[in-house]
Amino acid sequence: MKVAVLKGGRGLERQVSLRSGARVEDALGSLGHEVLPIDVGADLVSVLKVERPEAAFVALHGPGGEDGTVQELLEILRIPYTGPGVRACVRSIDKVAAKHELRAAGVPTPDWAAFNALAFRELGAGDALEEIESGLGFPLVVKPAAGGSSLGVRFAADADRVPEALVAAFSYDDRVLLERHVSGREIAVSLIAGIALPAVEARPREEDRFNYEARYEIGRTDYVCPADLGAAEGPVLDAALRTWDALGFDAFGRVDMIVTDDGPQVLEANAIPGLTDTSLLPMAAEAAGMSFERLCERLLELALERGREAPVGSVDAAADRN
Amino acid sequence: MPESHEQATPPEGTPVSQSARRHRRSHTTARDLERYASLFAQRTRVMRSSAMRDLMEITARPEVISLAGGLPDTSTFPSESFAAQMTRIAQESSAEALQYGPTEGFAETKDCVREVMRAEGMDPDPEDVIITTGGQQAIDLVAKALVDPGDVVIAEGPTYPGAVPVFCSYQAETLQVPMDADGMVISELERLLERLAANGRRPKFIYSVPSFQNPAGVTMSPERRRRLVEIARERERLVLEDNPYGLLRYEGEAAEPLYKLDGGDYVLYLGTLSKILSPGIRLGWLCAPPPVMEKVVLGKQAADLCTSTLTQYFVREYFGEGRWRQYVHDLCGIYRERRGAMLDALERCFPAQASWSAPAGGLFLWATLPSYIDTTDLLAKALRDNVAFVPGAAAYTDGRGGSSMRLNFSASPPEEIREGIRRIGRVVTEQVELYETLTTEYNVAPASSASRPGATGSAEGRGSVIPFRQPE
Repeated sequence: MKVAVLKGGRGLERQVSLRSGARVEDALGSLGHEVLPIDVGADLVSVLKVERPEAAFVALHGPGGEDGTVQELLEILRIPYTGPGVRACVRSIDKVAAKHELRAAGVPTPDWAAFNALAFRELGAGDALEEIESGLGFPLVVKPAAGGSSLGVRFAADADRVPEALVAAFSYDDRVLLERHVSGREIAVSLIAGIALPAVEARPREEDRFNYEARYEIGRTDYVCPADLGAAEGPVLDAALRTWDALGFDAFGRVDMIVTDDGPQVLEANAIPGLTDTSLLPMAAEAAGMSFERLCERLLELALERGREAPVGSVDAAADRN
Repeated sequence: MPESHEQATPPEGTPVSQSARRHRRSHTTARDLERYASLFAQRTRVMRSSAMRDLMEITARPEVISLAGGLPDTSTFPSESFAAQMTRIAQESSAEALQYGPTEGFAETKDCVREVMRAEGMDPDPEDVIITTGGQQAIDLVAKALVDPGDVVIAEGPTYPGAVPVFCSYQAETLQVPMDADGMVISELERLLERLAANGRRPKFIYSVPSFQNPAGVTMSPERRRRLVEIARERERLVLEDNPYGLLRYEGEAAEPLYKLDGGDYVLYLGTLSKILSPGIRLGWLCAPPPVMEKVVLGKQAADLCTSTLTQYFVREYFGEGRWRQYVHDLCGIYRERRGAMLDALERCFPAQASWSAPAGGLFLWATLPSYIDTTDLLAKALRDNVAFVPGAAAYTDGRGGSSMRLNFSASPPEEIREGIRRIGRVVTEQVELYETLTTEYNVAPASSASRPGATGSAEGRGSVIPFRQPE
């Protein structure tokens, strides 16, 4: 089968995406598919129109690739694609929108407050910081609303640290959130077609936080898979599945959470989790006895199934079928 | 391993042939990773990739104005004379040019680099010279010959970002001495040496780029040069003088190289043709006294047997034409104009809270922003505006430099430099205004509270690092 692998792009997570893409290309090649690597740029649509791949493997991360934009284009071009549909992408790329959905669905997620730069510049939101901080407590976490890979995520130990953390987060997005810091074990649950794979626990080795370097470099973080969750296993699974439903996921996704003494708190869900050497979804699949090749094949099957079922061009129908 | 930020990134969209792709096998199951990881040497733990490096790779996008590279402008080299030189080599010395050469380099190549050194008043014995694969290899060979794991190497703060991974890969502890507008602060160096001596530690060598330093753009004053050489002699420590830019001077008087002041006993001298001819030919050299040279030659043998013969033949041809000084003169004219464009643009576009160095030569200047701005984060924002620079943290080993940036003015024409600085100025101004909005009602005293978490540099530490030049 002729499969386009969409990778790269113009975003900050370009390198991560190239690594994901390269790995997927190797796997699809060894499965006997005709691989068409595409570094996504201004010519994407024309290349797809000329090449007419039978399916597209989306290995893009961050805004542009993970936010529903590319998915929308692929639907218009009637090319089945891997990963969640437009709706889940739209809901999960924006951490603030996702948290609203989670809260509405009763999924535990840490308290937060969100602002865009305009609120600070023109509405004097800075004056409300004191109230926000006393509501959330310290330390608190400041994050850009969009984007992944921990870029721009800062911990503020006290009020003095908040302004510079906000300045850092606003470097990545026009909207940021301040979130209550919850401490506990870092657990990621990957799901394929609504079925949870073994949970992965991340234990950073050197850094005191789960930052970009720790996440993409071999040997910087210890991963335990399957994570020994003990009594927390039920609540973790429940939180992952309810997140999946609340955000309208299909195909696959990854739910990141902190397991506290009082149970799990969901931080975010990733529509296109990384597929690099150090990524968690492939690790979880392997723990479930699924090789990377088999994982790619399965994701492709799901893409084709959805392509067959969905009335062509009907974006909502594709996304709403959960 | 961190990249030096000097080299060019391959152009985007380089097609990967599908047949090549098909033969690749992935070695990336968790089991594979574990197997490889258990084989990695301890030193690889300090050889790091980073978010910054990934961001830097985006700077290769064609729409990005990159003030991040360290590239000389090779488009100014006359291609017809390049063609004639290479043709001559092919016609007259094909077999020799394709053969191995001596480890220390051809005598004729040594004559060429000695000619370059004579232009700055030095005249080393040919026996004290080894031709290396770029200046970078000379740094590596010196470190290989001198550094045991845990040894101290002293460098300037900030230092050449490409030297840091070399020292790291030999597991040296790199300590950095602050600089001001007159280069490395020698009194600080002496204090550091005293402190180390009190702990029974003797640094193996002091690494310095005394002229038009990368990245700070400053030049060490003659007094400090003399004092540094004295210190090396008194304490019997080596100095590695890295001088890629000495001949790229746009104003003022030439400063005497440390090697000349010392006479070649305690100062090892590192030169390169990268900035005055071509970085692509990879030709550098090292001058060292015989006992050091002996070890360096052994290291060079182990590393790559010899420097490219073809490159050395090209250099011989090029110097034979006798126009190399004219070419350097032409480059100085081009870069002087670009430096002027950058300084003018900084005055116009950077907010009053920023400061920067005004280099008299070289390729770089160093700008410093208020401490609450992290330039790695700022780079992410700047990239959205299609402009790039090197975040200052790349030039430190200890987390300092987080609010500084290195700006290159040699690789872009003046109009691009002006536009690039205008864009960076805009994102900086936005962040300054945002911070001020956040802190005005918020009662934070910026100086005491705004230092970066995790940064060792306090407000005082910061001030000592930067060659200040406040905009009027």
